[in-house]
Amino acid sequence: MANPEISNNIPLQKKRRKGVFYELFIKHPLLTLMIAPAVIYVFVFSYLPMAGIVIAFKDYTYTKGIFGSDWAGFKNFAFLFQTGVIYRVTINTILYNLAFLTVDITVQITIAVFLSELSNKYFKKITQTMLLFPFFISWVVAGAIVFNILSYRFGVINNILTYLGKEKVDIMNNPVIWPPIIVFFRMWKGVGYGSIVYLANIMGIDQEIYEAAKIDGANVFQRIKHITLPLLKPTVVILILLNLGNIIRGDFAMFYNLTGNNALLLDVTDIIDTFVYRSLMTMQNYSMSTAAGLYQSVLGFFIIITVNAIIKKVQPDYTLF
Amino acid sequence: MVKLSRDERIFHTLGYIFVGFMALICVFPMYLIIVGSFMSNEVIVKYGFSLWPSSFSLDAYKLLFSNPKHILDAYKVTIIVTACGTLLLLFLCTMTGYVLSRKDYKYRNKFSFYFFFTTIFGGGLVPFYILAVNYLKFKEHPLIAMIAPGIFGYFYVIIIRTYMSKIPSSIVESVKIDGANDFVIYARIIMPISKPILATVGLFSALGYWNDWFNCMLFVSNKQYYNLQYYLYTTLNSVAPMNAVMANANISYTSPPTHTFKLAMTIVTIGPILLLYPFLQKYFIKGIAVGAVKG
Repeated sequence: MANPEISNNIPLQKKRRKGVFYELFIKHPLLTLMIAPAVIYVFVFSYLPMAGIVIAFKDYTYTKGIFGSDWAGFKNFAFLFQTGVIYRVTINTILYNLAFLTVDITVQITIAVFLSELSNKYFKKITQTMLLFPFFISWVVAGAIVFNILSYRFGVINNILTYLGKEKVDIMNNPVIWPPIIVFFRMWKGVGYGSIVYLANIMGIDQEIYEAAKIDGANVFQRIKHITLPLLKPTVVILILLNLGNIIRGDFAMFYNLTGNNALLLDVTDIIDTFVYRSLMTMQNYSMSTAAGLYQSVLGFFIIITVNAIIKKVQPDYTLF
Repeated sequence: MVKLSRDERIFHTLGYIFVGFMALICVFPMYLIIVGSFMSNEVIVKYGFSLWPSSFSLDAYKLLFSNPKHILDAYKVTIIVTACGTLLLLFLCTMTGYVLSRKDYKYRNKFSFYFFFTTIFGGGLVPFYILAVNYLKFKEHPLIAMIAPGIFGYFYVIIIRTYMSKIPSSIVESVKIDGANDFVIYARIIMPISKPILATVGLFSALGYWNDWFNCMLFVSNKQYYNLQYYLYTTLNSVAPMNAVMANANISYTSPPTHTFKLAMTIVTIGPILLLYPFLQKYFIKGIAVGAVKG
């Protein structure tokens, strides 16, 4: 065990000469030992799978293993692009994420602004509790809710329609209606969390600004338009940029459970993540599935690099790396 | 009470209506599930689920509790996985966060980048799946399969590191003079001071484990090791789980409670969350707000 008192007195020159080994194992052996489990864990669970990327360039068969399987060049990618399936899932993924971003931010900020202005403490407390509730519910339970409300034979909506003497509607198998449903449930699950984030930011605004505006005769709408929203803008810009960085990644659990993996809806509900899962589990096509995953990873990587460069320009404090 | 001006009255009215409406929407589906679970199955088969409890029956719950073996198994699995997973995550992430918060640890930024890189680039699902099944033998060790993939989160490490780097270094220095080594400082000094952040991270992690079904779906084939969420998933998507319960329950049905059983199962699954939620939510709200300021 190196005594930190002594090692701190070693001249800078000497430290540098001793290099990495000295820093890690002589100067701070215990700290290195303490970070080692995480380093090993991440190596096994994140870096080792990166080597598995070669599967995308092979005809993977279980018996031959990863490294014994025959090379396939870009055949797997060619298949993805020629059938057009990769375009469909990419466009779906991006469009959904854009819709989520717009709807989520609008609703969450609206609620946060209202909550910051309302004066009834109990109302604020109770509604916040209620708004956060869906955050605690798993997507599996959300799937049960979808069936309960939308099912053709048993759903609440059709029950009401029948009661009113109207025709039943087949919502579950109607592709047109699904994008709004998914956007709605996503909003539903995240609304409490998001509005708390924005509310915390609004609460951080100096109250004196509002007092001054009030004295100058600004009404509540003007105060929000000219104080709250402009001061929220940096947070919103950062959150938008961070979300854009992940625009190519989808929430598998949400899509899988809400749609119940319904094949009739694939045109509008299939995203990259569900496609990767399906090609792996249903079609057992390891190579094509890896290729699709790699395509998503690489594309996502360059998008994040770009977004980070933008953040560096707009708000250097918030850069990711 | 301050008297409100006209514009404020309008604004407040709009606010109460909008926020109140959204809040209702957030809990309304839960109400529907509860109502449905207490209805008679025949009525549902005939008319479907309704807004109001138009009939009352405890059939689904009776059936569920007459042979609770499966649900108890699933509870056991979920509780073990949640407890072990959260403890391991806290241990791994706080230890890592502490090392990264030590400014005299020269390579901490290099290590940070090593962890961070995996959040922007990865091998994808298939290589991970092959690694887990063929090399780590996850299918033969279902509990490990559900615990291991979630015990490290770079986001948690960042929150913890930020919190720990605010602890005044004078505290650490004074203990060092007394001859304490780095691990003792971490375990005896830093950890107790960091209790608030431990609670936040622990709660989020526990929620994640409690609601996880994906790892169970991927790796667990032995029904005994199904966790709650995946057991619920199979119950919702097929009749086999209910038939399994009925086979050993001494109740005979002219028409089994197929629909209400699913809803009752949903309620039983989220029961603990429903019960704990009122007590825990304020910690979550605090935790989210803490994360929010950081961005």
